[in-house]
Amino acid sequence: MTTLASSAITASDGSPGRATTPSRSFVGGIAAFARREFRDAIASRWFLLYTVAFTVLAVGVSFLSLSGVGSHGFAGFGRTAAGLLNLVMLVVPLMALTAGAGAIAGERERGTLIYLLAQPVSRTQLILGKYAGLAAALVCSLCIGFGVSAAVLAWRTGGVGITAFAMLVAFTAMLALAMLSVGVLISVVSRRSAVATGIALFVWLTLVFVSDLGLMASSILFRLRVQEIFGLAIVNPMQSFKMAVIVNMNASLDVLGPVGAYASFTLGRALPWVLAATVAAWAVLPLLLATVLFARRNSP
Amino acid sequence: MITATNITKKFGRVTAVSGVSFELADGASLALWGSNGAGKTTLIRCLLGVCRFKGRASIGGVDVRRRGRHARALVGYVPQELAFHDDVRLASAMAFFAGLRRASPARAAQSLAAVGLTGHERKRVRDLSGGMKQRLALAIALLSDPPLIVLDEPTSNLDAAGRGEVVHTLRALKQAGKTLIFASHRPDEVIALADRVLVLERGRIERDTTPAELWPTEKPVQVVRLHLALAREEDAADALRRAGHAVHLNGEGLCVAVARDRKAEPISTLARHRIEVRDIEVLDDVQIPGVTS
Repeated sequence: MTTLASSAITASDGSPGRATTPSRSFVGGIAAFARREFRDAIASRWFLLYTVAFTVLAVGVSFLSLSGVGSHGFAGFGRTAAGLLNLVMLVVPLMALTAGAGAIAGERERGTLIYLLAQPVSRTQLILGKYAGLAAALVCSLCIGFGVSAAVLAWRTGGVGITAFAMLVAFTAMLALAMLSVGVLISVVSRRSAVATGIALFVWLTLVFVSDLGLMASSILFRLRVQEIFGLAIVNPMQSFKMAVIVNMNASLDVLGPVGAYASFTLGRALPWVLAATVAAWAVLPLLLATVLFARRNSP
Repeated sequence: MITATNITKKFGRVTAVSGVSFELADGASLALWGSNGAGKTTLIRCLLGVCRFKGRASIGGVDVRRRGRHARALVGYVPQELAFHDDVRLASAMAFFAGLRRASPARAAQSLAAVGLTGHERKRVRDLSGGMKQRLALAIALLSDPPLIVLDEPTSNLDAAGRGEVVHTLRALKQAGKTLIFASHRPDEVIALADRVLVLERGRIERDTTPAELWPTEKPVQVVRLHLALAREEDAADALRRAGHAVHLNGEGLCVAVARDRKAEPISTLARHRIEVRDIEVLDDVQIPGVTS
């Protein structure tokens, strides 16, 4: 301790008490938070649990898909992609929403947020950095799950249908980013991390189960027209994701009934882009709102 | 170094800081003194620009509200207790903050060595003692060699030895030309470190004074802790303040700074207000710099 005065507090130019280093660049600050968040996430139990669970389920679905076709090397990736679609719609939003929900509320609850904000960084850097780090961790987790599944499929069936599988991976990453964005928004407006997680679970239930039922009920009760049903359906990022994956498997949206047929007929080749843009908007807009709200908060 | 103009901070209907203005020159040290809830921590957070407030504050000429990130680059902040992820290793924590403050790994190692934490790099934050955490916070604060150090009750969770180490370090920093702002509940710290004292009460500056004026005695000052009925503590604190005593309520009794030969004075004051003192405890001796006991 006694060496402090002579060593640590003397500026590099030899003059005492003068700051010699400015704050980090905007991107540099984001990167610093992202690196830390990524490291913390991959070292955490939730990451390990979700990754193992997703990998086991993905490989399980792959095997089941293969057993259905007798592993004779045709359409392995395509069938598995279709099989994985429902798994992805259940598991990935849950992973992303809960991860995002803890991002800010957890720091606030632990009392670490005020300390981070007292550093030469802005609130925008902090929230974007945390988002980027968590997004990287989530994508890594998904890549492990899909990667192991793809390895199994390649070993048993060759590369048939790999494009559809690759598109599933890409759209799943987009869905994860969208749900993470919603999770971060929930985290910003929640004082406690338990509350944020509760809201995230409620949102997950709503998006996965309730919205479908609500849409069906609304279409019957209000005698909605097909274009209105389509409009309401793609507001839900899960539905946009599902339709986008089905379209990219070169399948017809006719399987979705008149609404699918209407979408195919009306939007034609633009349909995949519209659906992708909808999911992308869910990745951008909640994060933007979260950033604005966080920056305008009255206190940490 | 610091200019604060009419800083006001409200939480809903509660005014935590009201119209606080002061200036602090380079190399000076300022203590924020007041009871719990007086607004010390909130004022520090306003100065750091981590919460929204009315009024103006600048550090080194940099507006805290408009260019908070740049203003905070001039500040090293030491909280009451280091708040950091418990699972993180000390080296990793230092590397992260060094990254944020653009300090080199060599500088990080130097800062750790300076606070006596070399050799503990592999320890996790949760395994550090309170004193070590506080030293880590100080090491982080000094990473980029900022000209201003802001401390929020830096010794409140430390034992006597830990307090002594931190006070010693802060005196060294002051002698090296750093500007210090610190909140404290301890007269001995204020006397040892501060050139000026802002006495805050209910968010307002009650007095802008010096330690010698606040404790006007040429004899060593002692702190006595009075144990009272909990319901009367606020009344007692008000009565003692009106009688000119420096008082601090910390949840474990009422601490009053008194001259060594006038320890009974607060008891007499309270007796006049029909407030019973159940017990009295004499705390550490304190020294006024330049005055022999």
